Amino acid sequence: MPSLGADMESAILMEWLVKEGDSVKKGQIIAEVETSKGVIEIEVFEDGVVEKLLVEEETDCKVGTPLAMIKSDSKEKKEEVLKVEPVEVKEPEIKKEPIIEKQAEKIEQDTRVKISPIARKRAEELSVDITKIIPKDGLIQLAQIESIVQKIEVPKKVDSKRDQKDSMRKAIAVAMSRSNAEIPHYYLSTSINMTPALNYLEVLNKERTIKQRILPVALLIRGVVLALKEVPQLNGFWLDDSHHISEEIHPGIAIALRKGGLMTPALLDAGEKNLNETMESLSDLISRTRGGKLRSSEMTKQTITITNLGDLGVESVYGVIYPPQLAVVGLGAIIDKPWAEGDTLSVRKVMKATLAGDHRATDGRVGALFLEKLNKFLQNPEELL
Amino acid sequence: MDNTTTYREAVKLAIRKAMSEDERVFLMGEDVGHYGGCFAVSMGLLDEYGDKRIIDTPLSESAFTGAGVGAAMNGMRPIVEIMTVNFSLLALDQIMNNAATLLHMSGGQFNVPLVIRMATGGGKQLGAQHSHSLEGWYAHIPGLKVLTPATVQDAYDMLGLALSDPDPVLIFENSILYNSKGILDTKATPLAIGKALVQKEGKNLTILTYGINLFKSLEAAEILAKNGVDVEVIDLRSLRPLDDETIMKSIKKTHRVLIVDDGWRSGSISAEIMARINEQAFYELDALMARVCTVEVPLPYAKHLEDAAIVQVDKIVDMAKKVMGLS
Amino acid sequence: MKKDEIKSAIIKTILKVAPDIEEDEIELDANIQRSLEIDSFDFLKILTSMNEEFGVEVPEADYSKVDTLENMANYFLERL
Repeated sequence: MPSLGADMESAILMEWLVKEGDSVKKGQIIAEVETSKGVIEIEVFEDGVVEKLLVEEETDCKVGTPLAMIKSDSKEKKEEVLKVEPVEVKEPEIKKEPIIEKQAEKIEQDTRVKISPIARKRAEELSVDITKIIPKDGLIQLAQIESIVQKIEVPKKVDSKRDQKDSMRKAIAVAMSRSNAEIPHYYLSTSINMTPALNYLEVLNKERTIKQRILPVALLIRGVVLALKEVPQLNGFWLDDSHHISEEIHPGIAIALRKGGLMTPALLDAGEKNLNETMESLSDLISRTRGGKLRSSEMTKQTITITNLGDLGVESVYGVIYPPQLAVVGLGAIIDKPWAEGDTLSVRKVMKATLAGDHRATDGRVGALFLEKLNKFLQNPEELL
Repeated sequence: MDNTTTYREAVKLAIRKAMSEDERVFLMGEDVGHYGGCFAVSMGLLDEYGDKRIIDTPLSESAFTGAGVGAAMNGMRPIVEIMTVNFSLLALDQIMNNAATLLHMSGGQFNVPLVIRMATGGGKQLGAQHSHSLEGWYAHIPGLKVLTPATVQDAYDMLGLALSDPDPVLIFENSILYNSKGILDTKATPLAIGKALVQKEGKNLTILTYGINLFKSLEAAEILAKNGVDVEVIDLRSLRPLDDETIMKSIKKTHRVLIVDDGWRSGSISAEIMARINEQAFYELDALMARVCTVEVPLPYAKHLEDAAIVQVDKIVDMAKKVMGLS
Repeated sequence: MKKDEIKSAIIKTILKVAPDIEEDEIELDANIQRSLEIDSFDFLKILTSMNEEFGVEVPEADYSKVDTLENMANYFLERL
């Protein structure tokens, strides 16, 4: 069972899409897995033949559980294909980081934790380490767990009735609080004159059919990608106390789900796509995200995150970095604003672009350079095609 | 017709309605005719329906219960009244080995649509052999249905439901309740057998109970409200079948449960319910499950001892506070 | 084609793109994107679907003319 997110501990194998004896090709989807973030399709990473399916459908498995044996066509026989991916994060500290009560210095070594079933269940859901809590009156109960979690700023609950949504919210809450706690963020922002880019897009779209229409967000993503090619230090990971720059660009795109909740699946290989391909892939990604049909690679390979909340009218967005990424690019709404050029004042369509960066990996200079490049590309939109 | 009436009157009304609408229905038991019923439930019915339909039986529970089984198997709809549950033990062979099993043993050929009404419970200084609450015990037996009407409405509705059931139904009427008053709506749709009723909604603690203890629990709930505990009180209404769905739904809401059972604790209906909660809602519990039962002794005759032995409001309040961690 | 039929088609398309919306949430004169929380992406999907069904293309310049159910229905009515 692969880890499909920094705090995923287990998931339910819902359905096998292959049988024992089937041939599989690299990239083929062989199973569907249900996580707190929805249904994810699992891909195989090698060509081969399915030797044995080790887990039954509808079984809850911890991350790392061998799911199947695939005899690969390559010379070396690899047994557990669906284990940890190369990009997967090993975060022994971050993973089970306890959210400790101030007074819990005393840790009871040998005794079992006396805790009510529902408190235990809730603690598990919220990754609270129960061995570090001093029980009130000898028994840890629900109220105590909930009071511990209250101390973290949890985003306001969206009105939802589905359990899955609830646990997604909780998962986001935990990840966000960890990020804020552990990563030293720096923030930069700049105002970008979007009029040339939007005019360019208007002209472009006039000559196209509605099916080929390009939305501004695709243009923006393209701009970010090209800027990253020139400032690659922001595209990668912080792992094992060091900075790793990724050669491929897989930006996680923040996509709001229709009934609340946010996912940031990767737009894979954005660096290899031109503007048309970017729009096509984005369109497909948004549809599949909202329809709940993402692939495991899209859940794990993000090298940076782009949050475009401009559609909701927010002027500027300061994101929280998803570990182990290094940065979040925030794109706000495009608003009519007064704009000075030389000594003339006019009205232009202006967008605030922000960058939140991990200060361990990069500093403000790098961030500023990136934003400058982004601006440059958006002022010369023909280069984005 | 919406009225305040007594539990006794409600049962009588139900008997009359059943007998007027269906000529297969008849009532038999000790002193039901000339005496008008040990608890005056059938007062006047002999004059109204005659001695072929209101039958005074000899002092032999086994015999007249057996006759009831036979009558039911042959197309009648008898209501057998056994004076109290204590005496039903003399008819246990008929109830358990015949009424409950004939459907299965005959491979589905013979239903036994028998209704047995019994008075149950203590508290009137009638001594150990006249004060048992054995409805929980009867709920152990497959093939039987066990109903425990607490409210005046249920006292009326349940007889009709029992008579339309093709299989044996036992109705336990707590003897102290006969004088209790409540609202009766004869036009209301009866709540089905096997459905529990949330009599009072609450958020902090679920009390599961039945019969006379419903009222003691509601009283306890009022007292507990002053201590900031919002109690949900559920009238189980039928002990076999139990309404697992309603029970678990409540526990998922409150995460704490207290069962008030008129019987003794060992192998009781409270033990059964706890086992089911363990099976179906273990992970919802925030505290130990608790129960208040009759003290594990043959019921005393002396008043102060009997009062100490049976379920009381203050015992319910104390146990609830323990469950809530307030004491 | 009648205006009511067009309205139904639009409603059907909206519900297809955003299945969580209840039909009675769609008001005649409310801004579709704002009142139903439909973003630019889903809006484009709606227009693309309407284009496939009725063969009428809404250029970007005309977006303001199809901002409400009423206006969109009129727009299509004029061009069918």
